[in-house]
Amino acid sequence: MRHTISILMENEAGALSRVSGLFSARGYNIESLTVAATEDPSLSRMTLVTSGPEMVIEQITKQLNKLVDVVRLIDLTEGLHIERELLLLKIKAATSTQREETKRLTDIFGGRILDVADSNYVVELTGKGEKIDAYLKALEPSWIVEVVRSGVSGIGRGNKSLQL
Amino acid sequence: MANKEVLTGAEILIRCLEAENTEFIFGYPGGSVLHIYDALFKQNKIQHILVRHEQAALHAADGYARSTGKAGVVFVTSGPGATNAVTGIATAYLDSIPMVVISGQVPTSLIGNDAFQEVDTIGITRPCVKHNFLVNDVKELASTIKKAFHIATTGRPGPVLVDIPKDITAHTTMFEYPHTIDMRSYKPVVSGHPGQIRKAADLILSAKRPVIYTGGGVVLGNASEELVEFTRLVGYPITQTLMGLGSYPATDAQFIGMLGMHGTYEANMAMHECDVLIAIGARFDDRVTGELEKFCPYAQIVHIDIDPSSISKNVKVDIPIVGAVDSVLQEMTKTIRESGQQPDSDALANWWAKIDAWRSNNCLKYDRDSVLIKPQFVIEKLWEVTKGDAYITSDVGQHQMFAAQFYKFDKPRRWINSGGLGTMGFGLPAAIGTKLAFPNEEVACITGEASIQMCIQELSTCKQFDLPIKVINLNNRYMGMVRQWQEMFYDSRYSHSYMDALPDFMKLAESYGHVGMQIEKPEDVEGALREAMAMKDRLVFMDFLTDQTENVYPMVAAGKGQHEMVLAPEKETA
Repeated sequence: MRHTISILMENEAGALSRVSGLFSARGYNIESLTVAATEDPSLSRMTLVTSGPEMVIEQITKQLNKLVDVVRLIDLTEGLHIERELLLLKIKAATSTQREETKRLTDIFGGRILDVADSNYVVELTGKGEKIDAYLKALEPSWIVEVVRSGVSGIGRGNKSLQL
Repeated sequence: MANKEVLTGAEILIRCLEAENTEFIFGYPGGSVLHIYDALFKQNKIQHILVRHEQAALHAADGYARSTGKAGVVFVTSGPGATNAVTGIATAYLDSIPMVVISGQVPTSLIGNDAFQEVDTIGITRPCVKHNFLVNDVKELASTIKKAFHIATTGRPGPVLVDIPKDITAHTTMFEYPHTIDMRSYKPVVSGHPGQIRKAADLILSAKRPVIYTGGGVVLGNASEELVEFTRLVGYPITQTLMGLGSYPATDAQFIGMLGMHGTYEANMAMHECDVLIAIGARFDDRVTGELEKFCPYAQIVHIDIDPSSISKNVKVDIPIVGAVDSVLQEMTKTIRESGQQPDSDALANWWAKIDAWRSNNCLKYDRDSVLIKPQFVIEKLWEVTKGDAYITSDVGQHQMFAAQFYKFDKPRRWINSGGLGTMGFGLPAAIGTKLAFPNEEVACITGEASIQMCIQELSTCKQFDLPIKVINLNNRYMGMVRQWQEMFYDSRYSHSYMDALPDFMKLAESYGHVGMQIEKPEDVEGALREAMAMKDRLVFMDFLTDQTENVYPMVAAGKGQHEMVLAPEKETA
């Protein structure tokens, strides 16, 4: 089963490689991983999406907790939570069909056109992974120039939070 | 000691080690650690043991740590110094041995430049340390060393590496050693959950066919006394892993031998048939469980361990208790006493009758009339001659298994071997660290002609530091365990397992300034051992020419269940 794990860790050099190294050394799946500093510059927050049988997921959270740089973590999948991903897309916009169709689909999906150049657009879209998949699927594949996805960021709903 | 002075990084490092009561540093100098070695030269509180290869520095510090329970301390230089250390670091990591490894690094200005003797030590060692640090600022050095010792020695212990660039060792700052350290991201659990302990006590008391299965965690957690008290209270059979030997007296009637791949018939059968398994400081390693599908099919399992990630990793357990084994066992014993309940004595009597029937198989029997020296016989005699009280280090292979089976360890920390990583070359340097820690105790290294050659250069270190270790070389001219597997599973195609062109070990030992002996006949074994042990101030290298065909039994082959052992075949005389 797919699990989204949020991790607060010391914002130290090499902390990210401890996590990614753990996953490769122990053969765990890693679907996506995002990381950035928090409001407290000494802490980084990572959102990690993985999948596996329950016994493996239990091991993953235990092994992550065992890393000395990991301060705290929660498995967001255990409760109500929000997941978002950012898409930056460069798409051909040389013909009026391309421009109109891209504009129309982007509006439907609630995205924004960030950059308009002679022959292409850059589009921004946020949402769940499925929504971004659907948007990309709706576009004519031969128009797509570049797809940049951020990976998942997640946060718990209501009172459930990950803090010190 | 004046506590606030301006010192160089190198001096600070030495002061930190003094503050940690470091007795010995095992190491080898080189370019990146020259400032550190200079600071070392100017002090006389800590003794530096110069090894002949960095791998041996790690194993020697490891032997020191295993025999004393204190952290071993190592100095190596950057580049090859650090890479040579990796095998020793991984050895300590797999067996959870507390160790602080200081590696030199090229100056910060050169890091990432492919400088002379530069490697990414942090990156290379990351998967085989409990934690590692790169020191970027001399102001962080003292607190980093404090953290390194704290992490290495608390919770589930392990090696911690501190990589120090050369310029940091020359920079100066005000030295102040922190007395305590608080890390928000590292807080090992100590006491077990009382509710879980009560639940476990109920299950333990309800058992009809219980087994206590303990591992290295009991040794590391200094919980031998608590284990003995608990085991005697309930009267249950106890088996131990290779790493656990000694934490319960092997000569006691409740001890049913080591379990696992080369465990006793009674231990493995008891595991297979038990209804309640009490696992303490053990990690359900593949050498113990055999085929997981067939492991303890009737058992409900209690598992006490300080490391939550050890619990339900390989085998799903019913009652996990996370905590230090000593405190959990104290609580468990107290809970059982206060409950006023007793184990089911009828069921227990039946269970012991069954175990005694298995025992009567005498699974460790071997041909005592052989005209060739049997390795088992040498270990038995060694046990007799040393009155079962020596510190025994070993290398890896058949001799290691024979030592575990035939040297009956009654005390913890006497059996020092590389269990998890299985590192050949471990035994002799580990004996160095042990002998330094216990100069008045007998220290013997049980080895084979293949393993010993992986770190044989350390005979020189033994000479320099006057370490009268006894080397018991069980020389069968083969990598015995490889040969055994080839015989059993590869139709006796002995691919590259024969040790050709062996040195004359007697002369070799003599050329290093030691005493060499060669023993060829069974009737000479005991006399030779007594003669060697009588040479209190000399290292004696005893080369026993043993039966080449001897195999280790019983054996649970790969992919088999614990109850599916190969017992010794009717012995063909060699």
